[in-house]
This record gives sequence, C-alpha cells and structure tokens, in this order.
Amino acid sequence: MSDRGDSCVSSLVFLLFCASSILGSAGLLQEPSPQRYFSALEAGRASLAFFTPQVSPGAQPFLEQIESSAEVLQDYGISVVKVNCPKEDVSRYCGKENALRKAYLFRGNILIREFPTDALFDVNSIVANVLFALLFNEVKYVETVADLQNMENVLKGKSNMVFAYVPATGTAEHRAVMEAAFVYGTIHQFVLTTEAALLKATGDDDPDESSAWLLFCHCQRATDPAQPCRRTALGHPLTLLNIHRHLKLMGAPLVTEVAEDPEKVSTVHLQLGLPLVFILSQKETYEADRRTAEFVAWQLLGKAGVALLSRDLVDLNVLHRSNVALKTPDEGIPIQYLVLEDTDEVITLVEDKNKVKQIQEEEEEEEEDEDEKENNNQDIQDDQVVEAISRDKKRELPLEQVLVLTEETFHSSLSGSPRTVVLFYASWEAVSLVVLRSYSEVAHHLKGTPGVLLSRVNCWDWPGICTQENVTQFPTIKIYQKGEQSVTYDGMWGTEELTSFILLSRVSCPLKLATMEEAEGYLRGEFPSELSSHHHPSLLGVFSTATSEAREAFEEAGNILSGHVKMGMYLEDDALALSHKYSVSPPALLLTRSRGQSVEGITLSKQSVQDMVQMIRYELLDIFPEITVQNLPRYLQLTKPFLILFTDGDISQVESKEMLKLPKGSPQQAFVACWLNLKKTPVGYGILRTYFATVPSLPVLLWVNLHVGGQVFKFPPEQSITEVNILSWLEKLQAGLETPSSTLSEEDWKPPLPAYDFLQMMDTAMPELPLHSSHHPGDMPAQQPPKIPGGDTAVQEEPSQQTMSGKVGSPGRDLCGTAPRMAAREKQGKRHSEL
Amino acid sequence: LGLALCAGNLCALSGAAFLYHDYCVLGAGPAGLQAAYFLQRAGRDYVVFERSHAPGSFFALYPRHRKLISINKQYTGKSNSEFNLRHDWNSLLSHDRRLLFRRYSRDFFPDADAMVRYLEDFASLLELRVQYNTAIIHVTLERNGQAWNGHYFLLTDQDRKNYKCSSLLVATGTWVPNVVNFPGSEHVEGYETVSTNPEDFAGQTVLILGRGNSAFETAENILGVTNFIHMVSRSRVRLSWATHYVGDLRAINNGLLDTYQLKSLDGLLEGDLEDLAIIKDKKGKLHVTLRFYLENRNISAGIDSITLPQDELDNFATRAPYDRVIRCLGWKFDFSIYNRSLRMMPGKGNIKKYPQIKPSYESRGTRGLFVLGTASHSVDFRKSAGGFIHGFRYTTRAVHRLLENRHHGVPWPCTVYPITQLTNSIIKRVNEASGLYQMFSVLADIILLRENATAFEYLEEYPVGVLAELEMQTGRKAPSGLFVIIMEYGRNFSGADKDVFYYNRAVGEAQHAWQSNFLHPVIYYYKCLPTEREMSLRPPEWPLPRPDAIHHIVEDFLTDWTAPNAHILPLRRFLENCLSTDLRSFFAESCFLFAFTRQKLPPFCQQGYVRMQGLVGSEGLRRHAVQAGLLQDYTLTDFSGDTSPASHDRSQDQLLKDQVIPLRPLQHLVNAKDE
Repeated sequence: MSDRGDSCVSSLVFLLFCASSILGSAGLLQEPSPQRYFSALEAGRASLAFFTPQVSPGAQPFLEQIESSAEVLQDYGISVVKVNCPKEDVSRYCGKENALRKAYLFRGNILIREFPTDALFDVNSIVANVLFALLFNEVKYVETVADLQNMENVLKGKSNMVFAYVPATGTAEHRAVMEAAFVYGTIHQFVLTTEAALLKATGDDDPDESSAWLLFCHCQRATDPAQPCRRTALGHPLTLLNIHRHLKLMGAPLVTEVAEDPEKVSTVHLQLGLPLVFILSQKETYEADRRTAEFVAWQLLGKAGVALLSRDLVDLNVLHRSNVALKTPDEGIPIQYLVLEDTDEVITLVEDKNKVKQIQEEEEEEEEDEDEKENNNQDIQDDQVVEAISRDKKRELPLEQVLVLTEETFHSSLSGSPRTVVLFYASWEAVSLVVLRSYSEVAHHLKGTPGVLLSRVNCWDWPGICTQENVTQFPTIKIYQKGEQSVTYDGMWGTEELTSFILLSRVSCPLKLATMEEAEGYLRGEFPSELSSHHHPSLLGVFSTATSEAREAFEEAGNILSGHVKMGMYLEDDALALSHKYSVSPPALLLTRSRGQSVEGITLSKQSVQDMVQMIRYELLDIFPEITVQNLPRYLQLTKPFLILFTDGDISQVESKEMLKLPKGSPQQAFVACWLNLKKTPVGYGILRTYFATVPSLPVLLWVNLHVGGQVFKFPPEQSITEVNILSWLEKLQAGLETPSSTLSEEDWKPPLPAYDFLQMMDTAMPELPLHSSHHPGDMPAQQPPKIPGGDTAVQEEPSQQTMSGKVGSPGRDLCGTAPRMAAREKQGKRHSEL
Repeated sequence: LGLALCAGNLCALSGAAFLYHDYCVLGAGPAGLQAAYFLQRAGRDYVVFERSHAPGSFFALYPRHRKLISINKQYTGKSNSEFNLRHDWNSLLSHDRRLLFRRYSRDFFPDADAMVRYLEDFASLLELRVQYNTAIIHVTLERNGQAWNGHYFLLTDQDRKNYKCSSLLVATGTWVPNVVNFPGSEHVEGYETVSTNPEDFAGQTVLILGRGNSAFETAENILGVTNFIHMVSRSRVRLSWATHYVGDLRAINNGLLDTYQLKSLDGLLEGDLEDLAIIKDKKGKLHVTLRFYLENRNISAGIDSITLPQDELDNFATRAPYDRVIRCLGWKFDFSIYNRSLRMMPGKGNIKKYPQIKPSYESRGTRGLFVLGTASHSVDFRKSAGGFIHGFRYTTRAVHRLLENRHHGVPWPCTVYPITQLTNSIIKRVNEASGLYQMFSVLADIILLRENATAFEYLEEYPVGVLAELEMQTGRKAPSGLFVIIMEYGRNFSGADKDVFYYNRAVGEAQHAWQSNFLHPVIYYYKCLPTEREMSLRPPEWPLPRPDAIHHIVEDFLTDWTAPNAHILPLRRFLENCLSTDLRSFFAESCFLFAFTRQKLPPFCQQGYVRMQGLVGSEGLRRHAVQAGLLQDYTLTDFSGDTSPASHDRSQDQLLKDQVIPLRPLQHLVNAKDE
C-alpha cells in the first residue's frame, strides 16, 4: 500500500483527534474510555470501534486483522478506534462480555451496524463488510431476476448499471466491488448479488458459479423499454484495478472522431494498454463508415478502441486502398495499415493481437515480480560499449608498439619522427578505450613500417597537451607531419580503416606525377611502391597548364581527402595525350576502381573545392555495392531509398548481372541498388527479423524507404529476380499498388530507464524544505506530515503549505487519499505493460 | 582669472596631470598579481599600484611565526596538472610551469618567505606592470557619460600624483588589525608587533585575546615556555575539520586545545571582549576585570581602590594575574581611502570586516569597482575558499572573464560539444577541475543546451550567485535549458558542533547519493534560466533555487568519479531523462541495424556512425557485449526463424537478468562498508 495516499487522511484524522488520542499501530486510534470516544464522534463521519478491557483476554487474531485494516479504511474516511474499557465500566459496550467480541460501525454517533467477529476474519472481509454497510444506498443487493429487471427498467435512459456477482460476501472480489462502488457509486448504479440463479439470467449459458463476474449494462443509452440494456462483461478477474479499468473503458466515447496524424492520437484505450482501431473514412462514404465504426466498436468494447479517421483531413502517406489501421499501445511499433474485407476481420485481428499480448503479459508478470525485488534495472549497465570495456578491463593490452607520450616528451617525439600518429584518449572513457584496442591492433599491423610512429596521450594524465592540441573530445587521432601541421582522423574507428588511413597519408595527396610512365603505373596501382600492396582505387587528375583554377581546387580537395583517397596529379605537357587516351580532355579525372579494372575518364566540370570533394566521393561509390557495416554510411549520405538483395553467401552471377543492369538502365539518382551478404554481415539477419519476424527464404530483394516514410516492400518471392520483373514491380510500388511488408519504427530514442529522482527523495525526506514552491505545486500529492496545531507557525506561513491547508479545508476530503492512489496504481499498471 | 579658478586640490583634480589606464589594480598581493596576469594575457591597458617596494608585503610580515597553513602537496600520484592544483593551495594560475609553488618550497606547510619569493618571481617572470612604492591614499569618482561605467576612478598617491582609470580592481586584502577598546587596552600587545622569540615568554603567564589561527599560532609558539596560557574570545572555537572551512582553526595550530583538555594548565574562555577591563598593578602584573566594576571610578586612583571580580566571586576564572596580554583579533579591510561617493560600506554581522559586494564581486556602491582576493570573502565567508589564494585565484579569473565580456565584447570562453559528449564533459570536469573543487558552491560549470539539444556549450567556473544574469554577463545564450555543475558538502554534515566522524558517515550507493556528506558533484537542471526573483527566494544554505531535476554523484573516498556503474551510469540516466533522449554509445554494428530498422537513430549513431565515424570495435569486445546480452549475436542463430522481434527483445532482457547475479555480491560489499 502506498503511504503517500494515506498520509493525507491520516494527517486529517490526526488533526481532529490528536488532542486526546494516542497513535497506535499505523492508522489505528486509541481512546482511553467509551465516554471520550462518544464525545469525540463527529456528525457524518464513520468510525469502526471495538471495545477492549484493559487486559485483553484473547481475541488477538481478530484485533490484529482490524488493526491492519485500519490503514485501508482510513482511505475511505473511516477511522478505526480501539476503545479501552476501564475496569469499572459496565455501560452498553463495555459491560457485556459478548459486546467485547463485536465491532461497531457508527456514522456520527448513530450505530449503523454491529459486526460479529466471525464476519471480520481478514482485511478483505472487514473492508468489504464495512463499505457494504456504509454504501447501502449506492450498492443495491438483489436476490431475484425480477428485482434485477426492475432495477434495469428504472435506470433505462438515466444511468448505467454495474452488476456484479460474487460467490460470497467478505471475499477479495466483494471488497474490490465495494471499493469501486465507493469511487464510482455516484456515477453508476451498482447492483450486487450472491445468487447463482441470476448469473444464468444474464445470458451466460454455462456460468461458473465459483468465480465472480461483473457486467456493465449500458442502460443510459437504452431507448427501447422492451429490450434489455446492452451488456459488456469484464473479461478479467475482479480486482479493483481491473474494475476501474473496465469502468473507464465503458465511460470512453464509443467512437472517437479523429482529424490528426494517427501517430499522435492517444485515447483511454491506448493509455490502458489496449489497441486502437482506425476506420479510414472518406467524405463520400462518411455516414456508412460511421455506422461500420459503431458496429465494430460494440463488438470490441472492452478489448479495443475504435476511431474514425477522415482521410480528407489528414494527409496520410499510405496506400489508397487501405481502409483500417491498427495502433498498438506498445511504443515504437508503427501503425499498421491494412486492407480488410469485412468487419469480422477487424475483430479477429484485434482478438488475435490481444491473445498474443495476454500470453506475453502473463510471462512478463512473472518476470516483473522478480524485477520489483531487484528494485528496477536502473543500476545495471545497459550501454554495450561501456559494459564490453568493463568486462575487458582485466586484459592487458599489447601496447608495446605504441609510445606513451607525456607533457615532457610530446614535442620532442613529434620532431624526432617524420610522421607521428597520436591517439588522444581518456583512460576512464569507454569509447576511447575501444579505439585504444583497435589502435593496438593497428600498431601490430604496422610494425616495421618505416616512417610511422604510433603514440598515445592519456588526456586524463596530461590535460595540458590535449588542450594545447585543441583536443576537446575523446578519442581523437592526429597525424603530425614532422614539425608541421597535423591531420585529424575523421574515419571509422576500425583497425582496417585506420591502418589504411595511416598508410595512405604517408604519400602526399595529391601526388605529383612527373612522367607518363609514372602516371600509367599509378593508374595500374603499381606506383608509388609504398602503396602497391594496398588496394585503393587510384584517382588521377589530369590538367593542362592552362587549367590552374581546377588544379588548385583539386589540390585543395586532396588536402581534405588525404588519407581516405589515393589521389595523383599529372600536369606535364603531354597531359592532353594521356587524357585523350581515355577519351576525355583536361581538366579530367582518370579512375581505376581496383587493380586490373579498366580506367574510367571523367571530365571535371565543377571548380569549387567543396563540389570537387563531393564529386570525388560520389565517383568512388560502387554502382552495385555489397553493403557492410563499414561502408553503409557512405551510401546513406545519398539519402535515397535502398533496393537491397539479402543473400546467404556470395551473390550469384545471374542475379548480380540483372541487378547491375538496374542502375545503368534507370536514372541513377533514384535509388541505391546494393546487396548484403549475410555470411559476412550477419547483423543482416537482425534486419530481416525486424521486418518479417522470421527470416524469409533467401535471397530476398527488398525496397527500403530509409529516409522517407520507412516502408519496406518485399519483391514477390515467386518471381525471379530479373531486370524486367524488378522494374515493373518498382513501377507498381511507385503507383502505390503494393502493400508494405513492414514500416520502420518512427519511435524516438527515449531514455532507456528512469533516473533516480533525488528531488522527490529530498521532498519526501525533508518535507519542511520550502524548496518546492513556485512551479511544482502538483508534484506533491499529500505528502505533508501531520502537523500539531499551534506548532511551528513560521513553517505554516510558507506558501508551500497551501496545498495541505487547501486539502484539509475542502469538502469531500474523505476521498482525498483514494484518487491519487487509484492514479498511482493505474500508472503502475501501465508501467508493467511497458516493461 | 584662470588661476583663481584653479585653486588648491581642485586644480590638481581637473588638470591634465592624470595618468590614464583602463584598469587600475590596487595591491600587488596574490590577488592583485593574479588579476594583472589575466589582464596582461588579454593585452589590456592596466597598472598595479603597490605601496611597498615588492609584491606580497603582507606576507613579508605575516604570519608572524612564518608558517603558512595553506598546504603545498608535492605528490598526489597523478600527473594531471589541473587536478594537482586541488592540492596546491599556494600557486597562482599561470601558463608558466616554473611558477608552481612546489618549486619554491618542499614543506607541506611552507615558510612565508617562500611566498614572498614566489610572488616576486610571479611579478617579474611574467613581466607584470606593477608600480611599487605607490600608496593610493584617496579614491574618488569623476562623472563622465563617455566612461565605461558612467564615471572614472581618480586615484591619488602619497606624492599627490593622480591616476585615472575606467575600472578599479581592489585587491588590498584585509590588513588593518582589529582592535578592541576597553579600559586598560593600552596594556595589550598586538599580534603585529609581539615578540616571536619564545625566550621572551619564559616563565610568564599569558592571556591571548582572540581565537583564530593567529591566536593559536601565537600560543603554539610559546606553549612550551610559559607558565600557562589562557585564551578569551566571544565565540567558541571552530575547528576547520568540523566545519570544512579552511579559515577556521586548523589542526596544525591547535596544540593548546590538547593541553587544555588534558588539564595541563592552559585554557580557553568565552566572553565578550568589550566587557573586559585590564588593570596593571604595581608589580606590572595585569589583572583581568570587567568594565562593569570600573564604571564611575577613577582608574588612576590605583589598583587598590578597584574591586576585582575575585573579591566577590573567589573562584573567578581569570583571577590569576597575567604577565602579558596579546591581541590576535585578525584584520579588516581598509575603508579609509575611498571617497564617500564610492559608497564602500562594510558588510553586516560577521562580515563587517569586508566591503559589501555582489556575487559578481562588483561593489554594491559603485559600478566598475571590483573587489578581489581576501577582501572579497564576504561572498562565501565561512563557507568556501574565496578568502584564500586557492580560492580567489579562480574568482579573480571569473571577474576577469566578466570584464572581458562587459568591456571588450569577448564572451565567456566556452567549448561546443555534440550532445554525445555530455556525460564525458561532466565526468572530465568533476574529476579534474580545481576551481569547482576549491570554490565549491560558489563557482559552477554551466552547460548551455543549444536548440534541439544536439549540441551544447560548456562554460567553466561561473559565479553561481549571478546565474540569473548569465546571458548578460557572459554574452552566451541559454535558449533550451541548462545544467549547472557544482560541488557540495552534505547539507547537515559540517558545522562547529557537529560530529564529523560518526558511523555511517559515508554513502556508498548511487541511489542514496543525495545524502552524500563529503564534497561531491551535484548537477542542477533548469528548463530555463532561473530569474533574479527565484535566485533571491532560494532556500537558505542552497546555492541555487529549486531545479527541474537534480543529480548527486555519490561521494567517493578517492574523489575519483569515473566508476562506470556507480558514477557514470546514474549520471547518464539523469541526463537522458532531462533531455528525453538516449545517450548510450553503440558499436557500429548496432548503428547499422538501427539504420535499417528505425527511422530515427540515437545521437551516438547519428553523430558518429552516420558521419562515418562508427565505433567498429574488436571481436573480443563484441563477444563481451554479446555475453552481457547487450548485443545480439546473429552468427549463431538458428534459421528456423520462430523468434519474433518481441521475443528477441525479451531474450535480451533475460540475458540482462543473468548478468545481475555477478553484480549482487558487490552490492553487499558496498552495504557492508556502510554498516
């Protein structure tokens, strides 16, 4: 039980009684004598009293139960009082021996009921019976079918009825119904029975008499006196939370009309963890759609919400044929748009979803019980990088090849070697430690490579150097050319990429080639010799002496791309001859993608450095690349949809040939045609599973709108992958004639788990802190400790105390503990489903 | 006619004989030199006036017994120069590594002469512009609409030479000894002149007035040779290790407490010095009595006619006569040189020895007049270190930065980072920053979030008292909320009468971090900049008004806040929840998966992987992440494919839980430490 809600009432009761009473166990009040008790009773207030002689002769279990129910009853404004009987007292309540074995319920000083102790065997029975006695107006007890029908007829057109069957009174179910009646009794008529015969009359053919049952009867909208009210059964066990949920659902509008983006729509149903079905409507068919929606809504009442969405008002990026959408309460699952034939399909869809969900929830609940004990997972590392590093921290890194630099040695080392690579890192920072590991591998690869010195600076030890070298983030890798300016590495933090960068940056970029032989050798990948063992595309800029502007831009671009691209430059007199050989004229680029491939000639038309860099990057992209973890970003930058073939192993010759035709045939700007080798990039399985739940048969060709809308379309597996088939499929896609197999989640990246709420802890522990005032009056539901009247007046003058005095003064205060508690429980329930 | 107008001083004031500088600094002590250093580095037009012939004249005389009580730690086990400043209380800030105090003395508590040498070197090596032998004896204002602050400061020195400045930085310290006047106070010797030779006290009985470090230092010096020493002061002794305030009585000086409590004749007494009276008898012995007994009597009538307290109360504590009475009552600011128009007012209550200033260190009475150094201690008196070198070296820098923004359009220096560096930038600073550490609860680092919270600006060591004026004072904007990083002691932990060694004093668990007692980092989050009003309504003892969220990094025995799970993880969760984003780091493989399966990417992938700076990682690390259940291993999966995405998530959760088990015993260890 939450203490938070109780304290409001307890403080109130405390204020009323504190002059004379002594606080017993939580919530239980004590009175020294019956006289004191009766004189303190207040008109309209209920209290449950039991009388005990000074020395109690047994009856202990009963007392214990009463004491433990005191707290609960206080939420309902009922004080539980233990009245001590002085020895000499022989009045009505103290005198008789059997009176001592009873509990008495008073409202004001009027005795409402006396309970024998055997009716109060546990907290449930005490709460149920006491509330039952107090709410005799709000909860009607019926015994016969006729009674029930009378009741229904009276209510028709006026208000709704909640009809509950409980096998016996004093049970947990009975208590739940009574507690619900306490809150909703003024809104709905509650009817209770323990007669199994009534169960049959309500339409259930084979009722299970041993379990409780609750029906919501929609009598308010019933117009035909001859027809019984529509009924919706609560399909879950009778707990306060379930009843509360059910009543909230019944209270929600049958069909919600929506005129905004369905992603943004939220209704009671979604908040309570139920799906929301959208009926997509158009102006022409609006009335018919509305009737359909209402019909579906009645069928789904209590299982899902129904909303009517006008397509004319909202610009939806979905198929025109789609007529139904399903939004699930789980965050991150995108809305499903469907083309359904009749209403039954809608209902089946929801019910199947619910079944799956129920199973999951049941499993989850088991887990959550453990979770609760674990006090959430907040303190468990959920950062894969940090966790991987801390699991690896005991391993000693092979860093013999990497020189450690200090403030003293930094400058001397830089000037002592023609080329020094420096890794700036922080020894406590996980990402830079990951890079340090890759760096040690680089050092291993480059062992013995002349002219390269690998070193590192721990910025946690030497912040001075890092500041001086303008290193503000970790990790940073800089390559210092002897005593001169440095280049900052801006590529992938991987061993391969870094090694290649260091090797490439040994050669000046662009490299000036002196002779025709060198130029040809360069294009073949044989020159310069230090790079001959590495496979980089060779890019050669050919300039006539007249084209100095383009040449300068090319040189500048070379500076920017240094380390990433192998660039050469030829500007001798016979440049014209060289370029003509590849049927271009200077200024031009000659490109060999890989050794042995033919040389492509590209005319240079762009003159600005930025354009040149862009162009070179673009030209270096493959036409039909194999997508890998490392190269994806390069293709992502094109911001085009992906036409991607997932294969298990190498791509077959046939498919490759067909696919290669595509980019050539269609305007190249339209999409990125590529393939993914699941053997080499197994994370591709993760992609397929997210799209299809299961891995479809391979190879599979997909169209993925990565940048707009996020739809995923699957090429029909029965068709063979040929250029013609693909193109006609793509046409259909563009025309909106295909249904997406999946849509990428639009979910934002929210905090994975809550943080410790220290502010709240401080408020709770030190409520006297006047800290909470201006902007957070709502944050503090009834947390004020009981105040002794005439106590610290200075404190009471604080503005923050207004919340409390406001509550004390308001009418209907008896409920003030209940509402926040209900809300709290509801919230808890929601959190469960999220977890 | 012209001569008639130009009469006396007026002439000198209005004449052309003014030497003009943008900045005038009064005093070449540590604060004055520190200010000069920053002005010099910024290329400003400034001059420092020093009445003595050398810098640090206060240290040439004080402390009388020559032992500085500011620590000079040679070794910390760390090479981080910023961190090491946390334990170097004597160095001034400079870029010159020669000017670290540990090069001037090897003593943990160095000799004051070393400080004098250090300050001389500081001024000369850095070529600071100090005008020695210039005592400014009068300061007044000249209204001028053109001036920076609507007026110029006119300074007059002992030779009637005049100077004119736009901004006046007062770093004169507190050098006027506090004296009390009571009947017989002429028999009292002052700390500033009393002999420091213990031999002069051999066999004497000494009464010391005052209870600060100077009083105890004096007592310590003569403890071994006197008959006994008594000390009188109004308030009870405040021990610095109980109050966490370095200005209170330091353990190095408290030998007398030891002998008092061990009943070795020395003793402490409480009483108001104003009520005291001292009478010299014929033998030259000094008798303590109360002013009350002397009223309406003629002292010159001789001791015999005066009633002494012991005549009525024969166990009066100080009934024994003393040979000497020494006054060690500290110093106060010299208010005398300021013209009334400057409205240099003493503070109220226990800060009356300091001039009234704002939390920006600007005088309350005069715009453009800033008080630096010891005299600026009213801002954090008995709280932080602003009255001491190791504190005011940072506040002086802060004032300099405020001035650079105000007069030269140079905004407060800041570094811009992508949001992925948020946790790191905080962790880096709380672990090494010395200004935050020394000037706890006074200087704070500020993180200003840029729109959309994809990047932020990091401002170091801003005076937190003027947080509301941040945009105006720094020239930076706070459009989308801010974090304030500050160091704090536990609110109810320290105090003059607190037991700071009680059991369970240290908090070990991150979830109870807000109850930390020792100095620890606290991060305040505001959705928008607090207003002046909110600042003024903040609860007492709170450096800042109620934030929208607050985070405490749990105190650490080693003040090393780099533990991934206890320190960094809760901080990250806090930041994530403030910004409503996911600040985890991911390997390139995860980003790859997200790029294909989600329309949005977490910031780490967005700012790294997508820009071709993905974290590829090694196979070994990948395996660790898989074992931790934080990365799915797709190479091992069965291809039957009956796992739905949901259950795949759940299997991760399952793995996550398995991982809890090894963590549990650790948790117990932490608990055990507390119990």
